[in-house]
Amino acid sequence: MTLHEMTIAEAGGRLRAGEVSSSDLLEATLDRASRTEAQLHAYLTIDRERARGAARQADAELEDGLDRGPLHGIPVALKDNMCTRGVETTASSQILAGYIPPYDATVTRKLKEAGAVIVGKTNLDEFAMGSSTENSAYGASYNPWDISRIPGGSSGGSAAAVAVGSAFAALGSDTGGSIRQPASLTGVVGLKPTYGTVSRYGLIAFASSLDQIGPLSRSVEDAAFTLEAIWGHDPMDATSYAGEYPNLSAALNSGVSGLKVGVVRELAGEGYEPAVESAVSVMVDKLSDAGAAVVEVSLPTFDIALSAYYLIAPAEASANLARFDGVRYGHRGEGTTTESLMARTRAEGFGPEVTRRVLLGTYALSAGYYDAFYGQAQKVRSAIQEDFARAYGIVDVLVSPTSPTVAFEAGARVDDPLAMYLSDICTIPSNLAGHPAISIPIGLDHQNLPIGFQVMAPALGETVMFQVAAAVESLAGFADRPILEELAS
Amino acid sequence: MTWETVVGIEVHVELSTKSKMFCGCAVEFGARPNTNICPVCLGLPGALPVPNRKAIEWIMAIGLAFNCEVSERSVFHRKNYFYADLPKGYQISQFDIPVCHDGYLDVTVDGETRRIGIERAHMEEDTGKSTHVGDGGRIHTAESTLLDFNRSGVPLVEVVSRPDIRSAAEARAYAQDLRAVVAELGVSDARLEEGSIRFDANVSIRPEGAETLGTKVEVKNMNSFRSLERAVEYEIERQISVVEAGGELTQETRHWDEEAGVTHSMRTKEGSSDYRYFTEPDLAPMAMSASWVDEVKVGLPELPAERKARYSNEGLDSDLAGVLSGSPAEIRDIYEVATAEGADRRRAANWLTGEVTAWLRRTETHPTKLSLDGPQLAELVRIVGEGLVSSSAAKEVLEGVLLGEGSPRAVAKARDLVQISDTSALEKIVAVVLADNPEAVDSYAAGEQKVVGFLVGQVMKASQGKADPKLANQLLRQKLSS
Repeated sequence: MTLHEMTIAEAGGRLRAGEVSSSDLLEATLDRASRTEAQLHAYLTIDRERARGAARQADAELEDGLDRGPLHGIPVALKDNMCTRGVETTASSQILAGYIPPYDATVTRKLKEAGAVIVGKTNLDEFAMGSSTENSAYGASYNPWDISRIPGGSSGGSAAAVAVGSAFAALGSDTGGSIRQPASLTGVVGLKPTYGTVSRYGLIAFASSLDQIGPLSRSVEDAAFTLEAIWGHDPMDATSYAGEYPNLSAALNSGVSGLKVGVVRELAGEGYEPAVESAVSVMVDKLSDAGAAVVEVSLPTFDIALSAYYLIAPAEASANLARFDGVRYGHRGEGTTTESLMARTRAEGFGPEVTRRVLLGTYALSAGYYDAFYGQAQKVRSAIQEDFARAYGIVDVLVSPTSPTVAFEAGARVDDPLAMYLSDICTIPSNLAGHPAISIPIGLDHQNLPIGFQVMAPALGETVMFQVAAAVESLAGFADRPILEELAS
Repeated sequence: MTWETVVGIEVHVELSTKSKMFCGCAVEFGARPNTNICPVCLGLPGALPVPNRKAIEWIMAIGLAFNCEVSERSVFHRKNYFYADLPKGYQISQFDIPVCHDGYLDVTVDGETRRIGIERAHMEEDTGKSTHVGDGGRIHTAESTLLDFNRSGVPLVEVVSRPDIRSAAEARAYAQDLRAVVAELGVSDARLEEGSIRFDANVSIRPEGAETLGTKVEVKNMNSFRSLERAVEYEIERQISVVEAGGELTQETRHWDEEAGVTHSMRTKEGSSDYRYFTEPDLAPMAMSASWVDEVKVGLPELPAERKARYSNEGLDSDLAGVLSGSPAEIRDIYEVATAEGADRRRAANWLTGEVTAWLRRTETHPTKLSLDGPQLAELVRIVGEGLVSSSAAKEVLEGVLLGEGSPRAVAKARDLVQISDTSALEKIVAVVLADNPEAVDSYAAGEQKVVGFLVGQVMKASQGKADPKLANQLLRQKLSS
């Protein structure tokens, strides 16, 4: 196995055995990137010099006997909506072209403290709005399994990098499925933890009450390593969870015997590709064979979750993106008055999908429409939480496909926003409830495109979620990697 | 037709907490521009607000001081609008569940006390400060605008009155009393000239006896109590003349022009502005437990209204109690010490609110610089009572004390102000006066009793004011009758 295909656990073992150095891991990663980026465009920024410095430091520390834990010396990537001090951070928007943050996001700081080597910043849909990474002002990313297809989104760059081996793991952000759906479409593990467990300080906000940072990785165990490095209470985030955090490592080898698994009735049927449905149902049978009690559960409010999401998320976004006015930083349009300067800045700086959502959200909050739109959506959100609570009265976890389809062709849904929005139908309910959910690759369809399996758990139910996810991973035995013709570096 | 004035006042109070509302930056007036700033108060991408617990306690203190209820649970909202000095494009404020609601402030004008309802006191953050450079400093004619974000995120409490105010004088009294309470609480510098307390007035008129409210005009830019009173007065007259000329009032915001003494239209509101308020998702709802509220309540200082009631109970008449309770703390402390030493309360209060206050004003001395203390005031009251100095000479004694010449007794001696209470010394002066005024003596003999007053005056004059007038009167009558 080549270095860039290893899991963090494998690479860490070699590192500690003295067989490779962090610098070796980094060079393998950079080499892989330079041979694949032209086809994938996973990265917006690769920061070779800083990364090399960090790798040298990681090696020196190990030599001195300082071991910062599983991520020590491991090359990882950050989605470009997380602030990195001194390194351009754009959220894939023209409005932040050239913007260099003066501070590190809490996750950036925590990754550095865990000894991780930050390779660079990955591509995303502008301000994380999208499901294909085509809404990037700097050009789309592509799927390493088939470069005519999209990698999902909005964390498509992070997913593609982890899938192809130009990062051992990456962070994404998930507002309606933006970690899990691209993980599913690129054959990697991706999870959104419980709302409030990973600090949002330094994450460029899309929809504050839904946004959550989480890892993308090549194994469930690697996801646990990465999550443990970045989560924890943060006094800089007033929505940060201050209580006790779930134990993850204990969960990984416990099996599913005696657990109750609920299959969500509403996340199947029309719009779901047969290959996806059959792979999911095969996995459900395997879980049952492994000792889990499987029942079908109905959560009727899931049918209206998408509509509620597309009012709440744009409403919050309309306010969150108001700060991009050209006055203090970023792109500035020409204007003779404050109003015209701001209007021009925003018209020039935001892409069409961002503009659409800002307008949608502004409308949903307007006097006379608030009750019918935003107010109603909040009621649906409560109803979804109640539905979940009822289900978790019966089962330990809920399972479903992560995405109704495998990776689609680039351009296929660009002109049809509603079709694009449907990509997140399985993932949105967990965001609205603030619950954790994970996607694990379980196989390939007839076109060799990956299929993901979603495990959802109640708030702070990461232990049981990881327990089931580890079992799914081992039952699936998914070991395929994308076959991408490398270009000369 | 007789018109009734209806005024409501919105007061913005900048809290003087150590740090800002949602970040750790210092709150500091007059600092070099853009030195107390960070990612949070600059609205940089990714930055998040964390509430200042002290500011929440201080708004509770303000609410409690105005007899408000403190909500058990309160929620922050985003108020959305674009402005160059509003870095996030929204202000974190409160909408339907403010921290404090339903209080009042009793205001006295010309001896009549009226209760002004307070609808709410809510917490928000201040904006940055725009300075328009060039041509008059107005936004439309400026060549450029300078932005200072030191003020951005400073905790701001907005106190909103009900439309219960019925005159310009009452508006002024409400504002003054409110400022006094806030200053007393020590939660704000409460300086109008620095903008740490700001007043806007909502003014309307309606026919006397009408139930419904008239068209409301918001008047801004009053930077003294006097300008608040003048602006309201002007606006009432303007509105009456518009309506009486058959015109119609528009709901609008008007700018008070201090120099010209008029209001100008700033902007017309088409209905109310749409700020698209929604719950601030970056902040959890606040819970104000009963025990927390009690803790704040116990820590409140004695407030002007309570103090006035106490002074009244102690025997001061209502006016004097009111003036003294509104006096600076240094003055009130002297009163407390002097009366504790046995000084007559009314006399001590009269000295302090009269001569002492007038002297401070005349000499532009700050109360902290007063050289008069409680024991000295008690001594002054005592020696006047004992007849050691006359009431008129006592004013001179006080001046000496205020100039640091020593204790009242020492000043009276040094300035030779001790009354002549010695009968034999005074008899000599009386004899001279009688000899010099034979007509007066004749008039007395003819039954003109009141001529004694004239003669006492002559004795005082001859003694350079040092004669004890009571004794002089007594001696004169003896001589005239003999």
